[in-house]
Amino acid sequence: MIWPIAVLVSGLAALLIGAISLRTQGVYFIMITLAFAQMIYYFAISFPAYGGEDGLPIYLRNELPLIDTSNDLNFFFVAFALLLVAIGLTARLTGARFGAALTMARLNEARLATSGVEPFPVKLTAFVISAMITGLAGALYADWNNSAGTNMLSWQLSGEIMVIVILGGVGRLFGPLAGAILFVGLETQIGGMTPHWKLYIGLVLLGVVLFARGGLIGALAGKARHG
Amino acid sequence: MADPVLQIQEVSKSYGGLRATDAVSLDLLPGEIHALIGPNGAGKSTLIGQVAGMIAPDAGRVLIEGADVTGLSVAARARRGLGRTFQVSSLTMDLSALGNVLVPALAVAGSPFGFWRPVRRDRVLRQTAMAALARVGLEARADVSVGQLSHGERRQVEVACALALRPKLLLLDEPMAGLGAEGTAAMTELLAGLAHEVPILLVEHDMDAVFRLANRISVLVYGRILASGSLDDVRHNPAVREAYLGDDA
Repeated sequence: MIWPIAVLVSGLAALLIGAISLRTQGVYFIMITLAFAQMIYYFAISFPAYGGEDGLPIYLRNELPLIDTSNDLNFFFVAFALLLVAIGLTARLTGARFGAALTMARLNEARLATSGVEPFPVKLTAFVISAMITGLAGALYADWNNSAGTNMLSWQLSGEIMVIVILGGVGRLFGPLAGAILFVGLETQIGGMTPHWKLYIGLVLLGVVLFARGGLIGALAGKARHG
Repeated sequence: MADPVLQIQEVSKSYGGLRATDAVSLDLLPGEIHALIGPNGAGKSTLIGQVAGMIAPDAGRVLIEGADVTGLSVAARARRGLGRTFQVSSLTMDLSALGNVLVPALAVAGSPFGFWRPVRRDRVLRQTAMAALARVGLEARADVSVGQLSHGERRQVEVACALALRPKLLLLDEPMAGLGAEGTAAMTELLAGLAHEVPILLVEHDMDAVFRLANRISVLVYGRILASGSLDDVRHNPAVREAYLGDDA
């Protein structure tokens, strides 16, 4: 089973990268994580044993007991079930003590420290958990495409994920999900009409950033109410 | 005399050529309110930062209950019993009053690293936070979002946040800021009652409140303690009158 290994390796990598990057904030944090991503990207394309620039083809999907994963529909349901599990775990975590600390780390770090909670370990833990979930997503995505392409390591994909999160709503449990539905929906619909679909996604993104800071979820559900 | 809860010893901090605090020493005794006053730019904010741990002093020491905390982080000092409020309210408007007060209760009543059990059903956590809200008289408003509370109530929630730490001392940065006469009176009464439980280092501009509450006053001017002592000592100190209080004090 490669999936748990992907989760574990992603978590370990995040522990290392986070331990360094999380000492910075804001734009610097974005830049240093981008630098790490670019480092790994160029390492991957210059490493011919694993396909170099062509990426690594995967001839066989991971097998599960009782479920034939080579059937695309079955594989979709496996991925969908894992999505539900990830959302369930995240929801649980958000409502727990750690969620309260993490929310305050996002909103006001000084206030969290004044409350007797060190912000750094809280943020690092969140960084690692996030990497473990996205690591699993990456493993599923590679299996789905039957290859681990180098484009998966490019900064454009990171940018796309940022766009998805902003479209859906930052800091909201269902924000990324809503954003992904909107993004893929727009990509399919507008992409069918014109090859310049990214221009239109850009316009939508601009509209969200300027007029609907809460993203799609913020517009649908109104202002966040917690606690 | 009882041992001081807080000791600030010869604390200094310079920014370039500017000495924001210059060998400042003061202490806080159990049961008292010690007011720190001074004109704008006197170094009050720098001193608060040095006590709270946000600004590392160039020289000097800060002791809480006799233990040197000069090298400790903001969070570590908070866990040692330093409860502070901010001059500009830094509450989270979207959260309820209780939601805000729950955060300082995290470290005191357990650990913030709980990943499974919902906060809603965390009895220890809720009781700690509710007790703090009750102390400032806001338990009935616990579930109201801070954005919908009055300014006076928000300042009380700030105090409740500091109290949820079960502090050994309070460091209050202008708790009367922006309050009307009614709000100031309510806050003055609250602080007067609190002083019996936990000593307060009070930084405040409202002189009426300071003279009603403080047992001792220290005057900070140009980064140095100009005068320190009882209300009458400070009120009649000629240097203080000249530097700060003006003739009408």
